[in-house]
Amino acid sequence: MGKYALRRLIQMIPVLIIVSIVIFAIIHLIPGNPAEIMAGPNATPEQLEALNQQYGLDKPLVQQYIIWLGHVLRGDLGVSFINEFPVGKLIMQRVPATVELALAAAIIGLLFSFPLGIFSALKPGSWIDLFTTLFSALSFAVPSFWLAILLILLFSLHFKWLPPSGRPDITEDPVLHFKSLLMPAFTLGIAMAAKLTRYLRSAMLDVLNQDYIRTAQAKGLSKTAVVVRHALRNALIPVVTIFGLQVGDLLSGAIIVESIFAWPGVGRLTIQSIGWRDYSILQASVMFIVLAFLIVNLLTDLAYGVINPRIRYD
Amino acid sequence: MAIRALLRHRSGMIGLLLLTILLLLALLAPYIAPYDPLEMHAADRFHPPSRTYLFGTDEFGRDIFSRVLYGARIAFGVGGISVSIAAVIGVIVGLIAGYVGGTFDAVVMRLFDVILAFPAILLAIVILAMLGPGSQNAILAIAIVNIPGFARLTRANVLVERSKEYVEASRAVGAGPARIIFRNIFPNTVSTILVQITIALASAVLLESALSFLGLGTPLPAPSWGSMLSVGRGYLPLAPWYGIFPGLAITTMVMGFYLLGDGLRDALDPRRQKIR
Repeated sequence: MGKYALRRLIQMIPVLIIVSIVIFAIIHLIPGNPAEIMAGPNATPEQLEALNQQYGLDKPLVQQYIIWLGHVLRGDLGVSFINEFPVGKLIMQRVPATVELALAAAIIGLLFSFPLGIFSALKPGSWIDLFTTLFSALSFAVPSFWLAILLILLFSLHFKWLPPSGRPDITEDPVLHFKSLLMPAFTLGIAMAAKLTRYLRSAMLDVLNQDYIRTAQAKGLSKTAVVVRHALRNALIPVVTIFGLQVGDLLSGAIIVESIFAWPGVGRLTIQSIGWRDYSILQASVMFIVLAFLIVNLLTDLAYGVINPRIRYD
Repeated sequence: MAIRALLRHRSGMIGLLLLTILLLLALLAPYIAPYDPLEMHAADRFHPPSRTYLFGTDEFGRDIFSRVLYGARIAFGVGGISVSIAAVIGVIVGLIAGYVGGTFDAVVMRLFDVILAFPAILLAIVILAMLGPGSQNAILAIAIVNIPGFARLTRANVLVERSKEYVEASRAVGAGPARIIFRNIFPNTVSTILVQITIALASAVLLESALSFLGLGTPLPAPSWGSMLSVGRGYLPLAPWYGIFPGLAITTMVMGFYLLGDGLRDALDPRRQKIR
């Protein structure tokens, strides 16, 4: 297991290097020079040159990349083009909101998918099975930003139950904070629930047809024991992989959902930085999301082995 | 036989029907739409849905029904072109990488690993941030994020087909690699590629509307469904219909491709047919 984790980490290195080059290139492929963006449209050539020198933009690209990578590896992500605020700090301020949203969404996703997936597999062809099929097809086809608009129309404008956007401080008004979390988390969680339900249902169907389930039933185990201890345990193996991939999807879904609900997380920051033309923030937030995405994928692979001891990694 | 199987597949048929209707509406938009999609009616701003304006009007008094109809052209256009580009490049690269193997295969697949290391929407956003917003760049961005899917699928198919007897037979009678790849192996991968195309179209339509929603795709005043929702979101208390109809259109189209893909997969897979 340890050996396998190490090998996977080593395999990630070439991908990480190319990813870092792509992310580094963000600042250098955009139209216009970063110094021009920082100094504004009325800057004199002397000011531009001073900025170029200050940020090392006059050095050859390869050298700039190596310097930048050195800084990144030491945790220094540079400063904002606009107000010179340290970007690393800015991201860290936004991380809790994104993590909170993703966790809440994952909980909602699990709450919906487990009962739906299990019961639809236990009774194929029943009304709950039909509902489940419709539910997963619809949640795939409804874009998150439209679902968000529909929720706002219903719960904020019509019933006036939930605030349409924002994230009030939890220490000041915990109830309002929780209410603000509901719609974004639901929007994000429901997409996850759709895929999880489909996979859980088909995994359960596969398992329920196995001989050992019949054996378990024949030796007189209760239905709950058969479903939970024998069927679900084995059906979970493929589902864990999907869950891991879905957590990755949560991160990218957060980009849109956070923007709609003005939820101050890393996803919204990414979109805001494009509007501000602050490419050092864009660079850092892209890097954060990609790293998180890769780490989640790695953890998913490893979790696979914990659930299913039959899988050997070496 | 596959076509007959598809025609008997209920959800596949529903998907085909939805898409046919949408395609007809898109093609015949100039004849069906009651107004020009850009025509403003200053006196009728935020007019609720009625006989004159089926889906109501927007902040400039433009007819939302006409704009939704013309929006179908953008969705089909951007989705169709970007997926075509992705399919052609992805399939060719996948065929060659799978058949030739070696360094070419290793380099290309690592490159695709990098693309797949980015969540699709994030990569598209980054590409558009670099190239600037706009339809053409959105097409390019959507194509790029879809290439690895086609390449990996094709490559996996080729690896299976390559060792089969008909390929060896073809090689024995002196066929060159190009002939074997394109004349012998390619036809046997077409069915899985077709399924992948419909799935890619569904996600391309979603991605285009998401990018336009974020202000990075089709620029205003073109009636892209995503940008209509983005603007409509600002007027929800005043004009709730503005936030409803464009989204309904996106959902219908994506659902169409999704169901068609489902039907095609079942129709083209002989094993699934026996089960039904």
